[in-house]
Amino acid sequence: MIYLDYAATTPVDSRVFDAMLPYFTENFGNPSSTHRYGQKAEAAVETARETMAGILHCQANEIIFTSCGSESDNLALRGVALARREQTGASRILTARAEHHAVSKTAERLEKEDGFRVEWLKVDEFGQVKPEIVEQAISNDTALVSVMYSNNEIGTVNPLRAIAEICRKRGIPFHSDAVQAAAYLPVDVESLGVDLLSLGAHKFYGPKGIGALYVRKGTPIQPILTGGGQEFGLRAGTHNVPLIVGLAEALRLADVEREERTARLLSLRDKIIGAVLEEIPHARLTGHPRERVPNHASFVFKDVDGNLLLNLLDAAGFACSSGSACKTGNPEPSEVLTSLGLPREWALGSLRVTLGLGTTPEQVGDFLKTLPNLVEKARSLSSAR
Amino acid sequence: MTKVVIAMSGGVDSSVAAALLKREGYEVVGMMLRLWSEPGKEDSNRCCTPDSMAMARRVAAKLDIPFYAVDAKEIFRNTVVEYFLQGYGRGETPNPCLVCNRHIRWEFLFNHAKAIGADFMATGHYVRLKREDGRVQLLKGVDPAKDQSYVLHVLTQEKLSQALFPVGDYPKSEIRALAAQMGLAAAKRPDSQDLCFLAGDDYRNFLGRNAPQINQPGKIVSREGRVLGEHSGLANYTIGQRKGLNLASPIPLYVLQKNAAENVLVVGPAESLGTWELLAVNVNWTSGEIPSGPFRAMVKSRYTARETPGLVTPLDNGTKATVRFDLPQRDITPGQAAVFYDGDLVLGGGIIIQSR
Repeated sequence: MIYLDYAATTPVDSRVFDAMLPYFTENFGNPSSTHRYGQKAEAAVETARETMAGILHCQANEIIFTSCGSESDNLALRGVALARREQTGASRILTARAEHHAVSKTAERLEKEDGFRVEWLKVDEFGQVKPEIVEQAISNDTALVSVMYSNNEIGTVNPLRAIAEICRKRGIPFHSDAVQAAAYLPVDVESLGVDLLSLGAHKFYGPKGIGALYVRKGTPIQPILTGGGQEFGLRAGTHNVPLIVGLAEALRLADVEREERTARLLSLRDKIIGAVLEEIPHARLTGHPRERVPNHASFVFKDVDGNLLLNLLDAAGFACSSGSACKTGNPEPSEVLTSLGLPREWALGSLRVTLGLGTTPEQVGDFLKTLPNLVEKARSLSSAR
Repeated sequence: MTKVVIAMSGGVDSSVAAALLKREGYEVVGMMLRLWSEPGKEDSNRCCTPDSMAMARRVAAKLDIPFYAVDAKEIFRNTVVEYFLQGYGRGETPNPCLVCNRHIRWEFLFNHAKAIGADFMATGHYVRLKREDGRVQLLKGVDPAKDQSYVLHVLTQEKLSQALFPVGDYPKSEIRALAAQMGLAAAKRPDSQDLCFLAGDDYRNFLGRNAPQINQPGKIVSREGRVLGEHSGLANYTIGQRKGLNLASPIPLYVLQKNAAENVLVVGPAESLGTWELLAVNVNWTSGEIPSGPFRAMVKSRYTARETPGLVTPLDNGTKATVRFDLPQRDITPGQAAVFYDGDLVLGGGIIIQSR
């Protein structure tokens, strides 16, 4: 099998794995305990926090450990929206349909249950949120703006800096989901200008079940998980020490090796994009042609059932994705592809190919030899309906 | 290694079938059809609910075989459900499972299996195959209570030569025991009974929602054309039915015929009920050879009916056939299949369009 779905998840880097191991067994203490077991564990958590802060260019106490990227998004949206309303009465949330469900569904719940109003920012044909659109929509009644760093389905990178400036001028908190981006794009919150940033370790060779939220000092926020006073009172629950260690080590490696990883995958990615568009009829690239994450190629094929294509690829030994996980074989075009204005007969035939550390030029070559045939097969089977 | 796609449903039969194939050393791949459900009723469809899908996935994971869901909603709606509605519209009692087996399982899904390089497709049906001299014979399953050869008479030699039916050699009780022994969660699931897309509802309600125009009240008449009462819609009656006619008559009356063109239900006394002969169309000869002339066979004219002897005569190059029964039959129903047997061997069959 050849794995080409690194945007779904990545294997844990052996260096990360080794760093985590002692914290499962010998250093098992609870960081909240006062004895030396606790002190050792606390030291590990705080060292991890320092490491992260160094990479994000922020203070250590601006990093909140969570259980995953989705939890970070939930904390950012709920925590900030509710706190902001309490402080200022602001009741609108600005975000896009192209966001990850962790953001868009959370915004919908806030609308349904808590009386917020969601304003859905239009994206352009590449799925990008243009700063002008934010400028037009933002008002003093805006509690929070949330725009993802890069899109999980189509790879497009958003102009965070420009959007951040618009938000900052009005003093409105700006959150960005960087879960997909962090593996390859810099996460320096100073140059990005964001007030909140979500991370999830398993997208960059860390373990599943651990994430973090950067919260700029002074940002109004309240906890969504209450209990003990961990994480500056913003996230109750005993620290998952080994996973926190793994998250920090994985992010450190991603940061140190960023340029090298990027350069290698960029050329493989462009080879895939070039070959697919050249050799497969009725194929289109989705997302931005240039402003996209370096390991991400995504396409739509006209009159092809994307799930069927994935089945054929899997049977032929290639693990890819349609962009949005749908395991039931019950095809509905994704909200992301729909928001690009793609007609149904295109939007159903989506394919996402995401590369990673284990990807070799030979694997890409094999994939490109196989794909055109399978698209043709899928097209003829799909037409039998 | 020989590659087999097993059509899975999450039920006990296809789960054990997959396990048996794996045990026999095949490279096994699970596929499951996502069939059509009425909007809003997706969760109660008999055999492809999210629950059943999850069950099939668990079985596949346990057996360590790949599993793929195949979307067949559109083609299922356009062929099977459409056939069902139109059949009732013609005053027949259609059997959509036959159409599903012919067009969805053994054509649509079969093509998907071939596309991933499968040499065979298998299902959890209770039938057996006998391979001999380059021919494949279709035989009843060993468990007479579970035999499903009736719905598989539609298979051609081309399909039979690429088919496997691992559970047909076992009685159902043994399949359940095997499932329990293998630790398959499906072991305790009840057998499916109704049409999957009815979602446990009565077919009459389904017709009312999906094709209200085909099931309108009309007259009940005698053979002689005398109006005896009113019926509530032809689809609500079957040939041979006595109860529920609500007629004031000194003798019991039975449904003899459903005349869809005039929306009239013809009834008569028990002695008018029997028919000696039927005409079947879309006939498939499982051996691949059209019989040269009339022959005697046992004939089953409903999934649950007993076999009765008769003379089968192929017509129109074998595309049609008549059956002349030795004794008159009370419930020959257009829309159902007539399937011809020689002992355990399935000779062929077709869809009944007429009886007299």
